[in-house]
Amino acid sequence: MKKLWSVFKTAAVERNAVFVQFLGICPALAVATTAKNGIFLGIAVTVVLLFSGLVVSLLRKLIPSPIRIVSYLVILSSFVTVLGLLTEAYLPAVQTSLGMFFPLIVVNCLILGRAEAFASQNSPLPSLADGLGTGVGFTLVLTVVGAIRELLGSGTLLGGTAWEWKIPAFQPISVFLLPAGALFVLGFLAAGVNALQSHLEEKGRRKEKKG
Amino acid sequence: MITKLLLILFTSIFIENYVFTKFYGICPFIATTKKASSALGMGLAVAVVMTLSGAVTWALYRFVLVPYDLIYLKTIAFLLVIGFFVQLLELVLKAYLPSLCEELGIYLPLIATNCAVLGTCLTNVAGFKSTFDHFATAVVYSFGSSLGLLLAMLLFAAVRSRLKEDMIPKAFRGLPIALISAGLCALAFAGFSRLSF
Repeated sequence: MKKLWSVFKTAAVERNAVFVQFLGICPALAVATTAKNGIFLGIAVTVVLLFSGLVVSLLRKLIPSPIRIVSYLVILSSFVTVLGLLTEAYLPAVQTSLGMFFPLIVVNCLILGRAEAFASQNSPLPSLADGLGTGVGFTLVLTVVGAIRELLGSGTLLGGTAWEWKIPAFQPISVFLLPAGALFVLGFLAAGVNALQSHLEEKGRRKEKKG
Repeated sequence: MITKLLLILFTSIFIENYVFTKFYGICPFIATTKKASSALGMGLAVAVVMTLSGAVTWALYRFVLVPYDLIYLKTIAFLLVIGFFVQLLELVLKAYLPSLCEELGIYLPLIATNCAVLGTCLTNVAGFKSTFDHFATAVVYSFGSSLGLLLAMLLFAAVRSRLKEDMIPKAFRGLPIALISAGLCALAFAGFSRLSF
């Protein structure tokens, strides 16, 4: 159980999908114009990560090495197609807000990367933990980016849901809704994460020297 | 007809630039643009795969998926086509240009999972009834989009190679300043978006 938790934590934090591995940036930037979109795409990616991780892990001894990328793609695309059809039927609003990026989840380097690096070499339960961790880390980043862009770009938070909150008397800066804005927000966030990391490393080193 | 093709070409390179406007090719964009040579190599590799896949997938959609009512299979089918071309490209490069193969490293097979390539294929068929009603339009659009990607990558590589590391605050070095510079490029390209045909 402890091992599972550490796998989960590593996948979500130390090997965070966006800031550490630089994977999955495409949808992160394009879709996360609002917090709601961020959460939705994050959840979709997490679901696909879970299922595909599980299947790849279960089949890992059966797939011959030269065709493994193609097999992963087939597995992934089947899941995403099914998920897409389900979303279209039961949650059409989600489908329209995610737009073209829904099928593109399949080719998200993140999912293929995790399948290749982890699920193909580990048993099902750790693979699930890793998939969940990666997905959660990814969802968090997406939600934060989406929230910042939404606040600065349209002056609302969680707009379009029951918890919508508008900043009073605020003139929104619409550049944040553009791809340019996404790149800025992500750049500053990445810098923040770097600063935090080096600060923590410094603290760790100072503690070691003392003790 | 020629006018339409030229318009599609112009639109796909500038107005709906794959990286700066539509956000598709970000992964290789950030990963391979540290040097101009790898950016050029990657861009050309993607261009080849994109144009070929775009053409073949359009034909597949038109002659197989639509008549036999198999549209829901498009994601899987397109991916198989793209994967095939990437594998082919890898074999050709290994035989004739091994240095490029090494330089691109792991990002070569990742072209298969590139949002840009699949995005092109899906856009082609999304506008199936309207703009992309002819094979030539699909080919031109795929080619143009890949040119736009190549252009973006070359521009960005040029910018990155001129960023002097020691003048940048420590926290911003590497990915953050790359993202912010890309954002500035994207702002510039946003100027094109007011042009529409």
